[in-house]
Amino acid sequence: MDVSQYLEIFIDEAKEHLENLNTQIMNLEQDGENMDTINEIFRAAHSLKGMAGTMGFKNMQTLTHDMENVFSEVRNGNVKVSSEMVDVLFQCLDALDEYVTNIQQTADEGDNDNAALIKAVNDFLAASENDGEKAPQSTASSQAGGSPTAGAGAEEGNAPSADGGAQNGNPNGDSNGKHKWKEIKIGNVEKGAIADAAKEGLQAYGISVYIQESCLLKAARAFLVFRAMEEIGEVILSVPSVQDIEDERFDKDFSVIYLTEEPLNKVLDAIKNVSEIEDAVGDVVNLSEGEAKEEGDKASGAGTGAGSGSGDTSASKEKSQAGNAKQDTKKVMGKPVVNRTVRVDIEKLDSLMNLVSELIISKNSLVSVASTEIGTSSLAFNEQIEYLESVTTSLHESVMKVRMVPIESVVTKFPRMIRDLSKKLDKKMELYMTGEDTELDRTVVDEIGDPLMHLLRNSADHGLESAEVRAQRGKPEVGSIFLDAYQDGNNVVIEVKDDGNGIDVEAVKAKAIEKGKITPEQAETMTEKEVIDLLFQPSFSTAKQVSDVSGRGVGLDVVKSKIESLSGEVEVSTKLGEGTTFTIRLPLTLAIIQTLMVIVGGEKYAISLGSIQTIESIPVDEVKTVQGREVIYLRGNVIPLVRLTKELGVESMNAPDADLLVLIAKKGDRLAGIVVDEMIGQMEIVIKSMGKFIGKSKLISGATILGNGEVALILDANAMI
Amino acid sequence: MDRAYKPGEDGKTFAQYVKVRMDKEWFGISIAMVENIVRLQRITRVPGSEFYIKGVINLRGKVVPVMSLRLKMGMEEGEEQRTNRIIILKIDGDEIGVIVDEVREVVTIPDEDVEKVYSESSQANAAYLLGVGKLNGNLISLLDMYEVLGVKQQ
Repeated sequence: MDVSQYLEIFIDEAKEHLENLNTQIMNLEQDGENMDTINEIFRAAHSLKGMAGTMGFKNMQTLTHDMENVFSEVRNGNVKVSSEMVDVLFQCLDALDEYVTNIQQTADEGDNDNAALIKAVNDFLAASENDGEKAPQSTASSQAGGSPTAGAGAEEGNAPSADGGAQNGNPNGDSNGKHKWKEIKIGNVEKGAIADAAKEGLQAYGISVYIQESCLLKAARAFLVFRAMEEIGEVILSVPSVQDIEDERFDKDFSVIYLTEEPLNKVLDAIKNVSEIEDAVGDVVNLSEGEAKEEGDKASGAGTGAGSGSGDTSASKEKSQAGNAKQDTKKVMGKPVVNRTVRVDIEKLDSLMNLVSELIISKNSLVSVASTEIGTSSLAFNEQIEYLESVTTSLHESVMKVRMVPIESVVTKFPRMIRDLSKKLDKKMELYMTGEDTELDRTVVDEIGDPLMHLLRNSADHGLESAEVRAQRGKPEVGSIFLDAYQDGNNVVIEVKDDGNGIDVEAVKAKAIEKGKITPEQAETMTEKEVIDLLFQPSFSTAKQVSDVSGRGVGLDVVKSKIESLSGEVEVSTKLGEGTTFTIRLPLTLAIIQTLMVIVGGEKYAISLGSIQTIESIPVDEVKTVQGREVIYLRGNVIPLVRLTKELGVESMNAPDADLLVLIAKKGDRLAGIVVDEMIGQMEIVIKSMGKFIGKSKLISGATILGNGEVALILDANAMI
Repeated sequence: MDRAYKPGEDGKTFAQYVKVRMDKEWFGISIAMVENIVRLQRITRVPGSEFYIKGVINLRGKVVPVMSLRLKMGMEEGEEQRTNRIIILKIDGDEIGVIVDEVREVVTIPDEDVEKVYSESSQANAAYLLGVGKLNGNLISLLDMYEVLGVKQQ
């Protein structure tokens, strides 16, 4: 079979499963007896194995198969989850990840068969078999807790009894319940129809149809059954409803009340002729008997439910519910919780995005035409433009939303990484994450993983002190690392914080002098911020020892350049002895933004609206000078002024004594007043790259094309603060 | 150099150049990298850029930087003329416009008529030249645009 066309889907899904496994195995280590977790792991491993097998990746299949065996034993309670086991499982996941990476790059899994890992995995199985021999004894003696095989036995005691309960429960339910159609409440309309049919020589049957458990297209099979039945009779009532069956909202069986002149056997044979039908049973509907039976069934259903309820596992719950009245089954089925998704090639989205950009530009030029020809433009024309404006805005928003993904996909691997680091560095630490659902543009999310990983490693290695030092300082033994993400205006902020040592400014100075980056004289006059900025220079590491975790001097400078390439920025705040916080600020969207158009020295510029708090008119004599800098005093804040005319090298067109037009911009908790000559208004603009032939200017973050075809530059207010 | 090598009738190899004028001197720019030639249009100044970058223009919805070839080659800035053109070049997928005083025609020069230059050309920096081509008894300086734009040749 040519499977190459499925390769992409395979890789995507395999990655999803691996991520899921990583998370769930972390959970498993915390709570080794959570059945939901174990089932989830089992499912993911099983799907992965199946996929690998279908695609012909033998090594991957073998490894997952052996892992699945372990999970299976855990699920059955034959093996207890141990830290060593989790270690091995994680190694297996790494190996699988490697296979997937190989496949992604070369369409081949590579020939590493990971024999050592497979052996390690099988060792757990071998150990479990020894346990397994003892386990049945413990159940037989019904003294689960008291068995000498400790943990394994205790779990063992739980699971089989639950299983037994369910098995007991089911046959009981089945003896009445195989004919589930008897539970159908027949309404008066149907009763009338049955009575009428009887007059015409038609017999009413109740039929229950069971579809094989392995069947994938239940709705399609059910449809075929219905069609077979409709050929020789008429279905007057169906439970679940026909609509629900079409939507696949039913378990593996459904029941109908059916009118036909054919004998029952012929009908049942016709149904069983449909493939993947396990069984079909039926009988003549006897109206009076049906109602009595219904009552009895309910009672017995409840009885079995209670009986098996003592074995408190999800499996037994499900079964008892299945044996219960139909209404319950319906509740369980409901609408699927997970939204249906379509995978779209990012290039297609990009082209869609470009089209939206074109649309916005064309809308902008319409607007500018309308405003220049005030005399000729009619009211209707303006209305249409407003309509076009609202359409383009919502179109833009929805296209942007398609590109937005939660950062979850990146951060889920971090708890695992911190766990590994904790072992490797022999430091106790815990990672606390918030805001995993914060959304960012897909391209940003793809790139942000590495910088975050660097920062977390940095916190774990350099930030957190050793256990002894922590004890001396009266800090809790377990170090804390926080990863918080949240949206702030047009930005998304991600903070990596630790409660460790903080940055030792003097040590950094000493190191910088030693490396010849600064002179001792320079060091004297440097501010703390300047010193910390040294850390972001290439090949600068203060770690006294180079470990393989961090300290090779390729860290913070890479972080900084990566984040700046995403039009973001990174800041550090630190307090010696108390901890360090790295704050990453990223733009929410990269393509289209709301801006304020201003005029400076006769030139038009756009400033992102997200960073602007208020717009003030300030008389010239209110401008004070503090330490050689112009400031204004506004509502209790001293705000430094930034004169754009000076920054951009132009002459102001305004009279020197005219009031200043000041945009108050905010970044984090700092404010700045940006002085412009004139304001044009608010405008939605499409950011265009200026190409690499123009050197990067700190102040200018891009360009845009205005409605009249003119190019205006976009100013980065953040860079001025 | 991406020259459009084609065997001529007599088996000679040749390349085609756009013949442009700056001040009184004629230059050739390999046609292989010329994307488009447009009239001078409104240029938006970019503060903080190199002195020879005149700014950016809107080229059918794309923002393209424009530089003065005169300034880059160490010549004096000329007055704006009606004959001024912006030649849009595409190099490694990036576009840039260069302003010249006049664009005359596309010329074909056999490779054997191109001579390497080692001495200083009249005004332009010799490092920017591929060589000097002979054309109907006149000389035309062939520009190495990779050098002029400071792009590493691949």
